[in-house]
Amino acid sequence: MATVSLEAIKKSFGSTDVIHGVDIDIKDGEFIVIVGPSGCGKSTLLRMVAGLETVTSGEVRIDGNRVNDLEPMDRDIAMVFQNYALYPHMSVFDNMAYGLKIAGTPKSEIVERVDVAAKLLQLEPYLKRRPRELSGGQRQRVAMGRAIVRKPSVFLFDEPLSNLDAKLRVQMRLEIKQLQKRLGVTSLYVTHDQVEAMTLADRMIVMNGGVADQIGAPLEVYANPATEFVAGFIGSPPTNFLKTDLASVATPGASTLGVRPEHLRLTTDPAPMSGTVLYSEALGAETLVHLKLVDETLVTVRQNATDPLPDEGKTVGLLWDARDQMLFDAQGRRCASDAA
Amino acid sequence: MAERTGMVEKRGAGLWLTHLGLCIGLLFIFFPIWLAFVASTVSQPEITQPPMPLLPGDQFFENYRKALLAGVNAPVAWMMLNSLFMAMGIAIGKIIISLLSAFAIVYFRFPGRKTFFWLIFLTLMLPVEVRIVPTYEVVASFGMLNSYSGLIFPLIASATATFLFRQFFMTVPDELAEAARVDGAGPMRFFRDILLPMSRTNIAALFVILFIYGWNQYLWPLLITTDPSMNTIVMGIKQMFPSGDDIADWPVIMATSILAMIPPVIVVVGMQRLFIRGLVDSEK
Repeated sequence: MATVSLEAIKKSFGSTDVIHGVDIDIKDGEFIVIVGPSGCGKSTLLRMVAGLETVTSGEVRIDGNRVNDLEPMDRDIAMVFQNYALYPHMSVFDNMAYGLKIAGTPKSEIVERVDVAAKLLQLEPYLKRRPRELSGGQRQRVAMGRAIVRKPSVFLFDEPLSNLDAKLRVQMRLEIKQLQKRLGVTSLYVTHDQVEAMTLADRMIVMNGGVADQIGAPLEVYANPATEFVAGFIGSPPTNFLKTDLASVATPGASTLGVRPEHLRLTTDPAPMSGTVLYSEALGAETLVHLKLVDETLVTVRQNATDPLPDEGKTVGLLWDARDQMLFDAQGRRCASDAA
Repeated sequence: MAERTGMVEKRGAGLWLTHLGLCIGLLFIFFPIWLAFVASTVSQPEITQPPMPLLPGDQFFENYRKALLAGVNAPVAWMMLNSLFMAMGIAIGKIIISLLSAFAIVYFRFPGRKTFFWLIFLTLMLPVEVRIVPTYEVVASFGMLNSYSGLIFPLIASATATFLFRQFFMTVPDELAEAARVDGAGPMRFFRDILLPMSRTNIAALFVILFIYGWNQYLWPLLITTDPSMNTIVMGIKQMFPSGDDIADWPVIMATSILAMIPPVIVVVGMQRLFIRGLVDSEK
């Protein structure tokens, strides 16, 4: 169990800057999810904590000790890789025991620790099998088991669920969360999937182009995004962005107005803003109505399935409450006057 | 159902034709070997008198005992042992060296890494025969003529094997090396515990090829071994040919040829099983 802190972490490959200075303090036992689109530097950040990538400048501390120059094995971390990285020629048992064997742990203790982890992950019947004889979900569990047996102070996950099918992903997501709660080990988890981020994180870091745009609890990030990017990235379907002049919102400095699809309402009465219905998607519990505004902006409205469906091609008015709107300046930052 | 039988019949005809073709090919290839075998089981006068017999004679044990224990210049058993040392030395040495050099080239960033790789690659274009004179000079001045080290060391570096292992190592996911690093394995530990077991099919396949390469070396042993006790069997056969007025002991020479063929066959057949098991076992 340990805290992790990153101070002004920067990374460049040659002359290309990939990470432009990230600061975060992670509390003991906290589950942090780093989320962002591909190429935003989230994996690089994780790999710097792991020690697989050198830090160009800044400090990485685990439990207060500077670990910049330590080898991964000396950092007291364990990592779960995207493709699991199981040793193909070793049995499940040997895969989990390998790290302990290298560390010179006594044989009886290795057996004991692997057995405990196998029981926890329901891997007991498979200990003698090779990785290729396991399903994707089981391989995933072995990769987790390999991390658990080492009793590290920090878990690092690099998109561990992206190779699984959708159903299994939901199930494993739950298992990871429960496991982390049970073990209480500080965890850093990288994903591009915002649902994973929302459901797993105690706090999440939204990365964009090598910068941490926002760090906060998932619901807080959702309700109160710090930048236009965060507002658009977190939430599905994404936030609608309207030009302020079109929406006739006169706030100095604001150039874009964001409203989440569930905060928009359709009306047949005259409204300050209107659009043409392109098509509707009925998803069962809810319906997504896609509209085109006069300036060609596309807008999505989420409404209950019980609400009346507008006909395609019809012009309808758009309404929203002022407290639900988010104003962003020309640089995509949330206007100071607007942020709650 | 009727259609199905028709299909089987049709395939049956094709199968017979294929088999016929293969059998003819097999006979064609096998006939000289059969002749050699027949010649190794008859007596000297029977060979020289045309027509040559096509069925084995009764001198099998006599001829083979003579070849193995006495030979012409040196006992064939001794020559086979020399060949075995040389072939094993070359095969094992080549595998160890190329594994290590491929490991260095793929997993370490050292200055001149690319240059070294291309230098190794370039030597692919220089077979033993091209560099044989300077190599002889070097070996002679090291005093390695008529020795096992002289037979083995000049042939021990292999660009082909290095290249093959390099290609294989590059298909091993980087995450595996990283996982090993997180697990605390140093470079050599990773090499021994993970890369080596993963390469075992490649090693088996290469061993077969390199063993036969070493066993079949002719020109190099011919050059550097003048002492009959250091002769290898493949060049030894040539040494058995008569010079001047001597009479060739054909049955013994033929027996030696048959004996020379046996170890490569054993290696191929023996390793084939391991090779296929390796293929079935392997991850990819």
